[in-house]
Amino acid sequence: MDSGWIGARLTPPDYQRLVRGQGRFADDLNAPGQVWARVVRSPVAHGRLRSVGTARAARAAGVVRVVTAADLDASRGRTDPTASRTGPGRAAGPGRAAGPGRGAGQGPPLIPVRLELQGLDLSRYLQPVLAADVVRYAGEPVAVVVAEDPYAAEDAAELVDPDIEELPAVTDARAAAQAPGAAHLFPGGNVAADFTLGYGDVESAFAGAACVVSLDMEVGRHTAVPLETRALLAVPDPMSGRLDIYGMTKVPVFNTGVLAGMLGLAPELIRAHPVDAGGGFGVRGEFYPEDFLIPWLATVLRRPVKWAEDRAEHLIAVNHSRQQAHAITAAFDDAGRILALRDDIVHDNGAYCRTHGVTVPELTVAMLPGPYRVPAYRGRVRVVLTNKTPCGTYRAPGRFEGAAVREQLLDVAADRLGLDRAELRRRNLLAPSELPHRRALSTLGTDVVLDAGDYPGLLEAAIAAAARLGYHDMVRRGRSAGRRRGLGLAAFLEKSGLGPQETADAVLEETGRIRVLAGATSLGQGAPAVLAQIAADALGVAPEDVTVVCGDSARQPSGMGSWASRTTVVCGSAVHRAASALRCGITQRAADLLEAAPDDLVVGHGTVSVRGEPSTRISLAEIARAAGRDGLSARGRFDVDHMTYPYGVHIAVVEVDPGTGGVQVLRYLVACEIGRAVNPALVEGQLRGGAAQGIGGALLEELRYDPAGQPQATTFIEYRTPTAAEVPPVDVLVSEEWPAPGNPLGVRGAGEGGVSAAGGAIACAVRDALGLDGGVGGLPLTPARVTALAGSKER
Amino acid sequence: MTDVRQIRVTVNGAAHELAVESRRTLADMLRHDLGYTGTHLGCEHGICGACTVLLDGQPVRSCLVFGVQADGCLVSTVEGLADGDELSDLQQAFSDHHGLQCGFCTPGFLMLAEGYLSGGRPEDMGEPDEAEIRELVAANLCRCTGYQGIVEAVLTTARRRLAGRRPSQPGRLAEDAPAEEAGGR
Repeated sequence: MDSGWIGARLTPPDYQRLVRGQGRFADDLNAPGQVWARVVRSPVAHGRLRSVGTARAARAAGVVRVVTAADLDASRGRTDPTASRTGPGRAAGPGRAAGPGRGAGQGPPLIPVRLELQGLDLSRYLQPVLAADVVRYAGEPVAVVVAEDPYAAEDAAELVDPDIEELPAVTDARAAAQAPGAAHLFPGGNVAADFTLGYGDVESAFAGAACVVSLDMEVGRHTAVPLETRALLAVPDPMSGRLDIYGMTKVPVFNTGVLAGMLGLAPELIRAHPVDAGGGFGVRGEFYPEDFLIPWLATVLRRPVKWAEDRAEHLIAVNHSRQQAHAITAAFDDAGRILALRDDIVHDNGAYCRTHGVTVPELTVAMLPGPYRVPAYRGRVRVVLTNKTPCGTYRAPGRFEGAAVREQLLDVAADRLGLDRAELRRRNLLAPSELPHRRALSTLGTDVVLDAGDYPGLLEAAIAAAARLGYHDMVRRGRSAGRRRGLGLAAFLEKSGLGPQETADAVLEETGRIRVLAGATSLGQGAPAVLAQIAADALGVAPEDVTVVCGDSARQPSGMGSWASRTTVVCGSAVHRAASALRCGITQRAADLLEAAPDDLVVGHGTVSVRGEPSTRISLAEIARAAGRDGLSARGRFDVDHMTYPYGVHIAVVEVDPGTGGVQVLRYLVACEIGRAVNPALVEGQLRGGAAQGIGGALLEELRYDPAGQPQATTFIEYRTPTAAEVPPVDVLVSEEWPAPGNPLGVRGAGEGGVSAAGGAIACAVRDALGLDGGVGGLPLTPARVTALAGSKER
Repeated sequence: MTDVRQIRVTVNGAAHELAVESRRTLADMLRHDLGYTGTHLGCEHGICGACTVLLDGQPVRSCLVFGVQADGCLVSTVEGLADGDELSDLQQAFSDHHGLQCGFCTPGFLMLAEGYLSGGRPEDMGEPDEAEIRELVAANLCRCTGYQGIVEAVLTTARRRLAGRRPSQPGRLAEDAPAEEAGGR
């Protein structure tokens, strides 16, 4: 059964080639006859697009073609904006934009919502692949230049002349919700959705409360910033009519389905090939305008088209995330027990509803109660459109924001009630005996049922670890030396393993090696290595004898991709089933060949042998050859209705310089219950890397806009992701005490626990260092914000 | 209109002669004209350091250097670090310490560290400590690892090189080699 590969601290085989510079990232690939595309983007945040002048650009040296939305209309027969209802799973149809001057059947294709939630119709707010008559954010694509060389394409792009009549820009979501008609992004207003989740009698609970605590808190606009920007290479094959695409990741089957609909091609003619990806974190691999434009141009020009985004584009084109304003209130009894929780959230979604629809705001309200016993809850969120880059998910979407707000609220309440901050949490964390715990709300189309665990136990373990590592002493010593040090503690509840299903194939090759075709995708997180270990464990072979192919839309055409920390849980379970079934097939075949009973056979070291008679054996290669042309293979499918819920605690020690407003993170601990670690080294890497991103979001990173809607962070000089100077060594406590009951491996997913409570822990630590009565007001805790907080305390 | 120059450049010991547009960056020249795609571009404005290569032994951001500026120079890229099948001690340490996840920033960190360890660090500085290596590593950006494995890998390599021997690697013969042979090829 268990050959011990699950839990082994192995080095992913991909490291070997990556440290040699033999990665194969999309921009590393070129095709004969290739031309280069450059996207021309709106320079203004909001305006009527009167025309797009292309004549000068079209005459420039090396230019092959310049296209605008008008060219899409001209090729109407090829592109049907209503035809993208082809994605798998919960794919939603695209609807039709009802913009001014756009009649039925006109206008460019609209990008559909991938996750349709809460029964909301967002079809009026979808993004066209090219702006036709209105531009709604600075950076919105208005034209594409194709040239023989990337430098020529970039030169010519500057000659494209969009004639835009500027309209008032709305950049403040709360103001946008009330903005007058001239500042409406769409007819009817700027609130795309307004919904409330909750349960219980909140009003009665507040009426009977001994203590009511409120907090206003803003979370800044962040983006994921994978180190590799996006790139696409689309190669049409005139012989077969096929279109090969390199650079579609995350959800390639969904994306090729959408593209097929838009292009009017049979889905099987479009193939997304796996390539290396330089980080995903939620933003990479969603269907963006370029995911239509580049393949479409390849079919129009009948030549391979390559597009490599630059960083300045990336920061205004790829999904933003996180920006919310919360007004949260909690009711407590005199023993510090939560009676009710209420939150009113304004979610700044940018200019359109992209593929994630309302995923982030929905997750925010659904996950806000976290790991606590909250008898009554009501969370309202208004999803507001502003003239900024549209938003989607970024690692721990909704949970980073919610934990930042909730955990500060608990600290403020503890101080008010005269309770130790950890003690307040002890009294409110759900106990093991209370799980499974059903909350009367849903998220991502699933009922929220917290599956199993010991939330208070992990809190104690984290506090004990921090004490042992000297965290508390460090604060005391610093304070006695006159330094402003603080300790912040924040608990989190994560979610992972979203279904509804995943499939995988395990194949015995003639060489005796195992090939696994997985519906997950590799975004640089080590997915192939983890899936190889799972397959090896079930099969009784070594992981190096397993090749995992992820993200090839032709070879796993029902794959749902990698997102929501679902890869190890859902795809891992499918791989486990496929490999287990293949092992049965192998032993059955070996039993025939060895004339032995299947139950007497053991698989190991590339052979099948008779138990107790190691000399009576047959190699996997011989079994494969004996199987003939049909070979031996097995498909595994894992269906699941509910998610699993990892949980944990972050503890931060910070030092604040009240003069400069600088905040240094001195120590950081992440404790996370993940059920079972397939590869503990990779789990630790996920938690440490997540913590670094969370520290960046808490202290450094912010996508600001000026009042005219001009983005103020378009380079790494303004958008400051943390370096090794800002991220301390991160202590990790990986707990495997509570295997997830809902999957055969017991795994819970490790992708997001490292970032989830970082905003909360750091906000609480800064609050502690400055001795604030209330909260910190907002993230990131920039020097300006911190000096203001320190000054308000001095007065 | 385009200004093209003929240049000679030696990359990882191989001599190349090519015509290159004056404004073409060294990074684009390496990647797209010469096929050294191990050098990656993460920002094209000199902050992230993914494109770091050695130019006559010194780390440079190849996105901020023109190809023509490398005329007559020795360029070292990540492809030149390994000796055939054998990884360099630094590459092996990155792998052993999980100093990478997606691997996109890795070539830049490797070349930054190689430049520092094989050329930039004065002999009389003694054994490096974590703070020194952390300051070095803070020159480049990584978004996956949180830097811990990178710092450990560079620190381990620095100490081993100072001790004058290659690491013994599990599963293969431990071969001692002079420190200066390990990099900068």
